[in-house]
Amino acid sequence: MTSVAHARPGAHGEAHHAPMSFWRKYIFSTDHKIIGIQFLFVSLFFLLVGGLLAMQIRWQLGFPGKPMPGGGILPESMVSGGVILPEYYIQLVTMHGTFMVFFAIMPLLVGVYANFLIPLKVGAHDMAFPRINMWSFWLALLAGLIMLAGFFVPDGAPRAGWTMYAPLSARPDLSGATISQKLWSISIVVLGLSSVMGSVNYITTIINHRAPGMYWFRMPLSVWALFITAILAVLALPVLQGAAIMLLFDQTIGTHFFDPVAGGQALLWQHLFWFFGHPEVYILILPAMGMVSDIIANGSRKPIFGYHSMVFAIIGIAFLGWLVWGHHMFMSGMNPTLGSTFMVSTLLIAVPSAVKVFNWLGTMWRGNLRFHVPMLNAIGFVSMFTIGGLSGIFMAATPVDIPLHDTQFIVAHIHYVLFGGSLFALFAAITYWYPKMFGRMMNEGIGKAHFFLTFIFYNMTFFPMHIIGMGGQMRRIYDPTIYDFLKPQQPLNVFISYSAFALFAVQILFAFNFLWSLKFGKKAPQNPWDDNGMEWSLPNPAPHGNWDRTPNVYRGPYEFSAPEAGNADFLPQYVKLPTDRDPVPAPAPAGH
Amino acid sequence: MTHATQTLDQMRPPFPAEAGSGVYSNKLGMWVFLASDVMFFTALIGSYIILRFGMPSAWARPGGVLNVPLTGVNTFLLICSSVSMVKAYAAIADGKKYFLRKVPGKTLQDGGLKFWLLVTIICGAGFVGVQLVEYIKLVGEGFTPAGYREGSLLAEHALADPVKYGAGVAGMYGSTFFTMTGFHGFHVTCGVISMLYLYFTKVLPEKYSAQDYRGIEVIGLYWHFVDLVWIILFTIVYLI
Repeated sequence: MTSVAHARPGAHGEAHHAPMSFWRKYIFSTDHKIIGIQFLFVSLFFLLVGGLLAMQIRWQLGFPGKPMPGGGILPESMVSGGVILPEYYIQLVTMHGTFMVFFAIMPLLVGVYANFLIPLKVGAHDMAFPRINMWSFWLALLAGLIMLAGFFVPDGAPRAGWTMYAPLSARPDLSGATISQKLWSISIVVLGLSSVMGSVNYITTIINHRAPGMYWFRMPLSVWALFITAILAVLALPVLQGAAIMLLFDQTIGTHFFDPVAGGQALLWQHLFWFFGHPEVYILILPAMGMVSDIIANGSRKPIFGYHSMVFAIIGIAFLGWLVWGHHMFMSGMNPTLGSTFMVSTLLIAVPSAVKVFNWLGTMWRGNLRFHVPMLNAIGFVSMFTIGGLSGIFMAATPVDIPLHDTQFIVAHIHYVLFGGSLFALFAAITYWYPKMFGRMMNEGIGKAHFFLTFIFYNMTFFPMHIIGMGGQMRRIYDPTIYDFLKPQQPLNVFISYSAFALFAVQILFAFNFLWSLKFGKKAPQNPWDDNGMEWSLPNPAPHGNWDRTPNVYRGPYEFSAPEAGNADFLPQYVKLPTDRDPVPAPAPAGH
Repeated sequence: MTHATQTLDQMRPPFPAEAGSGVYSNKLGMWVFLASDVMFFTALIGSYIILRFGMPSAWARPGGVLNVPLTGVNTFLLICSSVSMVKAYAAIADGKKYFLRKVPGKTLQDGGLKFWLLVTIICGAGFVGVQLVEYIKLVGEGFTPAGYREGSLLAEHALADPVKYGAGVAGMYGSTFFTMTGFHGFHVTCGVISMLYLYFTKVLPEKYSAQDYRGIEVIGLYWHFVDLVWIILFTIVYLI
């Protein structure tokens, strides 16, 4: 394509990449795209693990005391006559949360799409530190395997919930799990290292390796969101690492950080965990918001509504995200004045979040909508995130939180933002950038069927949780039917369980579509979605090193339906019109 | 080139900068990493502050358990290593790749990069060595991460003088002391290993020049950061 052949001699130079062996190319690769794809396969595997754990939880809650189908293959320490044991149930709950948050959603959003998209979208040849990037992937995989090993050690998996509240997590005599609790701490420390290495890369790449003309306010919102997310990760993960190290020392070398008997503070763990944990919540949603913004602008054939306000909303959410961790601890024994402070700061986050939702709606308003699969999932994201955000406002108010705390209402909320939000955005993103990754399209028909069925069963699964939560069903309880006041809503639990099984079954469609299309999908044209991003100037899949010569960028990422574009309704960032001037290259450093 | 004429030139990067920020990527990446390391130590030091001031009984008196003069000397050693790191940086910025060289009219020889980085490595390794000796002595006396070991010398002292030895806070004292100083020592060790790696792969083969000395500047940033953390830790753990 002639439009990309505006070379600039300079710091980036030209990309020369000799052919490499299979191992160097696909296993120990330093190519950001391969690393992204490695993350994709690994985190989809952990997503499956987390999903299987969830199915067992739903079996127990829907049909307590009944033998689980297929439960016979589990060892006697987990099930008795096919019936899930309480000590296995708490392992399920703990590991479902841990895997989904740390090893599925977070690497899917950040590991996969920050790696894959950032260099492609800013016009860089690779990450700033490709080798550190490779290490970041292998450490993440190592952390995941350490975590998974928890199931196969004596005493079974960790049992203190994914939030690992002390002193239960710190004292094996309380939790009953000696080895796996330590494995949890070690795994989190390794994962934190991986995450920091990755984020240092993303931040440096975005600041230093943007192509000429890719000014800050010409960056797609996905890159903006990933940039801000990386800043959050770089500052939040070390806090969790520090906390996990203290927890590990409590478990191994006899320190007493979180053991009140010896003068430690159990609440300290909660503060440290949620000081990390709330920025983490935005690590799990901001990249989804960014990618959905790109996809909605594409699907609406309109520039994103309020680009600058979108950027500032991302920054605002990220900043406020540091000031709200206490809202997880309203019921942990907090000074009521402090609780009000956290309530106000939490409610404030609704403002930038609402700005984003209104801008998405404004983008779609009177657009020339194209309901391709990514667009459908993106709309699913917007609607589900709105419900999740609104239920969040309920819980942010301290008086309302008192009865709702630690009930299924919270479970419903977190799944509306993490499944309805992040995961729908991921379905959108996977479908959208699949051709760029593998050179083929995913099947449109299966994709649409998957979306609609997922959307229906998803709501059937998680919406009733609001109701049983308000009815008083606590989360993480083993058997709701032993409480008289919960007995009347047991039919709803059964309904949720059936819906959840259907929801899981529908994901087989997605898995089939994903794997089948790798080999048999329709060959992708160069720009299948008629998009403006820099990545579509490259062949599918893009070669190692991306561009032969550093490309030039001529405009912002959302020039849809621009009059200059002529007959096409999109005007890519890399196309040079006769009226465009070449961007001025960065000035050469003085003294050389 | 002398230092006097170099003042105007101080802002010059040691390598052509990348387009974005005017700072080359390795240095920018190190700054971002240091920001994350600040948060790591914040978690440890913040917990220490909360635990210490949340205790119902008073902390052990400064110098009661810990050997402040020994660690004072060790602190001096680490500060010296910071100075020698700056000297190493200044030497290579002037293009001095050599170890030592005679200067006409002066008794002292002029040190180059090879000399000053070696001094830094030795001081850093010396710091870790002294810290190890300190740990071994403390554990021998009965000071462990879990508190004062029962039946040990320190446990007897604490019984006799509970205020000086902070008998009621021994568990927290041990927990925070060993975690904070241990992770600082771990950082110093990582720095020494990195410098040794640079010394053999880059400095001895004279890969650095006045035009490109990125590695020295980046490891220098890390080293000064680790020093700075120690100044804070020495103050809050040993002196107050």
